[in-house]
Amino acid sequence: MAILVIAEHDNAVLKGSTLNAVTAASQMGDDIHMLVAGSGAQAVADAAAKVSGVTKVLLADDAAYEHQLAENVSLLVAELGKDYSHVVAPATTNGKNTLPRVAALLDVAQVSDIIRVESADTFVRPIYAGNAIATVQALDAIKVITVRTTGFDAAAAEGGSAAVETVAGSHDAAISAFVGEEVAVSDRPELTAADVIVSGGRGMGNGENFVLLENVADKLGAAVGASRAAVDAGFVPNDMQVGQTGKIVAPDLYIAVGISGAIQHLAGMKDSKVIVAINKDEEAPIFQVADYGLVADLFEVMPQLEAQL
Amino acid sequence: MKVLVTVKRVIDYNVKVRVKSDNTDVDLANVKMAINPFCEIAVEEAVRLKEAGTATEIVAVSMGPKAAQEQLRTALALGADRAIHVETDEALESLTVAKMLAKIVDEEKPDLIVMGKQAIDSDNNQTGQMLAALSGMPQGTFASELKIEDGKALVTREVDGGLQTVALNMPAIVTTDLRLNEPRYASLPNIMKAKRKPLETKTPADLGVEVSARTKLLKVEPPAERSAGIKVDSVEQLVEKLKNEAKVI
Repeated sequence: MAILVIAEHDNAVLKGSTLNAVTAASQMGDDIHMLVAGSGAQAVADAAAKVSGVTKVLLADDAAYEHQLAENVSLLVAELGKDYSHVVAPATTNGKNTLPRVAALLDVAQVSDIIRVESADTFVRPIYAGNAIATVQALDAIKVITVRTTGFDAAAAEGGSAAVETVAGSHDAAISAFVGEEVAVSDRPELTAADVIVSGGRGMGNGENFVLLENVADKLGAAVGASRAAVDAGFVPNDMQVGQTGKIVAPDLYIAVGISGAIQHLAGMKDSKVIVAINKDEEAPIFQVADYGLVADLFEVMPQLEAQL
Repeated sequence: MKVLVTVKRVIDYNVKVRVKSDNTDVDLANVKMAINPFCEIAVEEAVRLKEAGTATEIVAVSMGPKAAQEQLRTALALGADRAIHVETDEALESLTVAKMLAKIVDEEKPDLIVMGKQAIDSDNNQTGQMLAALSGMPQGTFASELKIEDGKALVTREVDGGLQTVALNMPAIVTTDLRLNEPRYASLPNIMKAKRKPLETKTPADLGVEVSARTKLLKVEPPAERSAGIKVDSVEQLVEKLKNEAKVI
């Protein structure tokens, strides 16, 4: 039986996280179908058809799916999912919102946030904020899986030539409605997609001081992140949070500035390729995971760093 | 309005968990346990709704071993009116918990259910959504703000890239994110009072739910350790290393 991957998109663009989920799916089996549930999402379906490894695209185009309301999309996915061995989605807020609902409708367990595929029914996932790594076998006939995108490389966005099939009908549970959204607008790359991230912690002192990080980030084409401590202190909004309870990132370069290195923060960034820590406290735990540590006052060295890049 | 909140007994978030030497699971012997932090936020939100006059009764539910009653007593001390404990020593998966909660929801008929978005032990992030599916209710997951207006729950959700607001018919399920509120501490008089609040005990069999395993835990290992690198003395040296040694800029 084939594998159904749920596309992450905004009705216009297929999001990169989908490509990581396709790679994970390709390690569970060969025949990969992709579901694009949206409204006016033909362009997304066309992009999905080109993804390497995808053999068929299902386009469910209906107003009920425009905002990815879990109440509606889960009915669709559960109906289609009955005929698949696996239902797979990236562990984005969207995937996390919808897939457990699908699993319950199918009366099967979900395995969340996998970082490795051992076999078609056995998966590896972090538990306890990444302080332990569990290997789990799913015993149900249909495996419902969310994929931590940093655990898998992205599948090639080009090279495939899958047929696009339209899924007729509409599932509108009519119990929830989209009211509005506030999307943070930034010229910088998204945290989860950035090659370089500059993050600030409680040591930044206040939100205004994050400009020191932004200046360096702009030199490097980097995203700006924050620790939970900085978010809790009200310096910056929560969508900048890197950590167990925020975003999980694994860029090529992660620069932690004024971040002590609490377990919950490390859980979100310790898979970064190279970690730099800048902190005036020599004892800060962040230095235990940093490839390069600089014990210094961030307010002195960040302008220097900016000047030397 | 009746509000149902769920609390899970988990390892205290300040405790660093250790993996057992035989790699069968983590070692929870003699480890400090507490209410899952996201569940604590759920209790706080329910108490605030009651203080605001929106909610009239708060029922706290927990499932697991007898010791979970400690966490229910904490919820009662924080302001819940009564508690239901489903006692079992068996390992409970999210789907089983959701099925048992669905039975309790059938009996209690709450207008609103507030739950933590995930527990910090299994990090599953499933039970609220599963209960919503089984009970046919709408869900406002990862909530950073909750308002009850004109018979609807208006939930602002923390989503990738920003915030989304949805309007949910009631009864509805809300799962909490960190910024929803800052939970209070239980006062000593309230801790004393909580001891006299009603706590009902049930079993999975009472609810007609069979505890079954849909997944098998094959092994648990410690994560790969990242070793500390070197200390550099200056920004110049840092930039040089990043350019020539790590080759990342």
